[in-house]
Amino acid sequence: MAIKYIPVTTQYKQDRLAVLKPFSPKGAAYDEMYFVRWLGGLKLKYVALAALLWPAIAFAQSGGYGMGDAFEALLRWIPFLTFQGFLYNVLISIFAMTIGTVAGMALGLGQLSNISAVRRFAYFTTQIFRNSPWLVILFVILLAFPFEVTVFDITIPIPAWMKAVVGLSLPVMANISEIVRGAVRSVPSTQWEAAESLSFNRTQTMWQIILPQCFKRMIPPWMNWYAILTMATPLCSLLGVGEIITHSRQAMAAENNYPELLVPFYGYALVVFFVYCYPIARLTIALEKRFAFK
Amino acid sequence: MINWSPEQPIVSIHNVHKSFGPLEVLKGVSMDIMKGEVICIIGPSGSGKSTLIRCINALNDIQGGSITLEGQEVHDEKLDKLELRKKVGMVFQQYNLFPHKTVLENVMMAPIKVLKESKVEAQKRALELIKKVRLDGKENSYPGELSGGQQQRVAIARSLAMRPDVMLFDEVTAALDPETVKEVLITIQDLAAEGMTCILVTHEMAFAREVADHIYFTDRGVIVEHGSPKEFFDNASDPRTKEFLSQVL
Ligand SMILES: Nc1ncnc2c1ncn2[C@@H]1O[C@H](COP(=O)(O)OP(=O)(O)O)[C@@H](O)[C@H]1O
Ligand SMILES: [Mg+2]
Repeated sequence: MAIKYIPVTTQYKQDRLAVLKPFSPKGAAYDEMYFVRWLGGLKLKYVALAALLWPAIAFAQSGGYGMGDAFEALLRWIPFLTFQGFLYNVLISIFAMTIGTVAGMALGLGQLSNISAVRRFAYFTTQIFRNSPWLVILFVILLAFPFEVTVFDITIPIPAWMKAVVGLSLPVMANISEIVRGAVRSVPSTQWEAAESLSFNRTQTMWQIILPQCFKRMIPPWMNWYAILTMATPLCSLLGVGEIITHSRQAMAAENNYPELLVPFYGYALVVFFVYCYPIARLTIALEKRFAFK
Repeated sequence: MINWSPEQPIVSIHNVHKSFGPLEVLKGVSMDIMKGEVICIIGPSGSGKSTLIRCINALNDIQGGSITLEGQEVHDEKLDKLELRKKVGMVFQQYNLFPHKTVLENVMMAPIKVLKESKVEAQKRALELIKKVRLDGKENSYPGELSGGQQQRVAIARSLAMRPDVMLFDEVTAALDPETVKEVLITIQDLAAEGMTCILVTHEMAFAREVADHIYFTDRGVIVEHGSPKEFFDNASDPRTKEFLSQVL
């Protein structure tokens, strides 16, 4: 009896003391990399199970224009949806990531500049684009830029996909900026002192000593943002850019817009995004674990 | 122009005041150090020893007084601090090696990037210095693969590669295992024997007694007492020094 009693007291004491412990936030809302962690954490066997069960259930129905017909329609459209559609999502994501990374590096270093005007500008720009809705940014870019530019009598049209690339690269830029700033800050200040005492100037210290040390640390969060960006590319369909969602809608229209088409067509888009992003998420988590102890 | 001859103090600290915000850490510190001398600064933790030697290579600024190095005012606003630091080597308690570079790269880096030495020349000298601190064979190891004592000797070699005129050591053995303290002290002793001007903050009393030309005892931002090791250890007069010595000896 006595033995049973003791743990109860201990439990009670622990609960009371827990109040005194420093607050350490946990959970998705506080985790910069929640997205890849969630995606990469999905068990493939359950995903496969869901993917297999869903058409089976659909085919079981019958009468009129059924799910069976809808899936047949999907099969016919798959090459178009993939190579005229999803391929463009991938291309847009790669271009936007490239621009966002280069601009984000510059902005992140700007946030660490010792010139206060540069630092403030970089901070302000980062905060604006990090905290604005992506769709709003996309529309602003769409409307702010002309549809064509004329240079020496030659009219060059600016296609909507180019604007979409720019629009998506801005929030990416802002988040890369924060990654760079955070990574540089994570290097102990004693490294700066050691470099300073060896007469390295600020630029040399940054490029030769600090950045090489935190480069690895930047890769997993950078990949996290690539996955998020890829998932955001369907937003471009609202600008009329030809990508998977735009083309799915066109294909469904060509198939007379039967409501039965919705689940297979959008389901296919979901599967394609999953197949593309899941390995990225797994790799990101693996790299994060590997770099954690370095 | 600066008139300095080797008969004058190489480092001259005069009435230095230093505060961090409201906290006054150095309250009028003065000392003169001649070329080739070994100076040990001893004192309780928090008495401002690190702050003082960090003022010598301008890692800290000062609020009053003056510090000259070879006749040049260190805290002159117009002085290029990077030029100054080429003349002053510094070794830290926590080694602060560059973890992403090998031993050889750690030692070669500053001469190549800062002094613009050729790679061949820098490497030749780096290998000599690594040998001098008795780490030949470890050239291609990374700092993380070395013991504390070995890392600290790399840090000394890295500083020496800049051919400094003065070396500052801030409790360089304080973070080491007792077995490796000795190898680092021997390295410093060799340097001193070669005529390098050394300013050390240390708690190694036996070492200070043997190697130092002059010992300064600091407490709460002032120099309480100074003298030759013999005077200091055998005839300390100030009660604070006596109390400190009774604790550490
Ligand atoms: N960067 C700093 N900012 C504020 N206070 C500091 C800073 N560096 C040192 N101090 C304070 O100055 C005092 C002297 O520190 P320090 O020179 O490191 O002493 P010691 O090396 O003798 O142990 C301590 O009270 C310490 O807290
Ligand atoms: Mg100290």
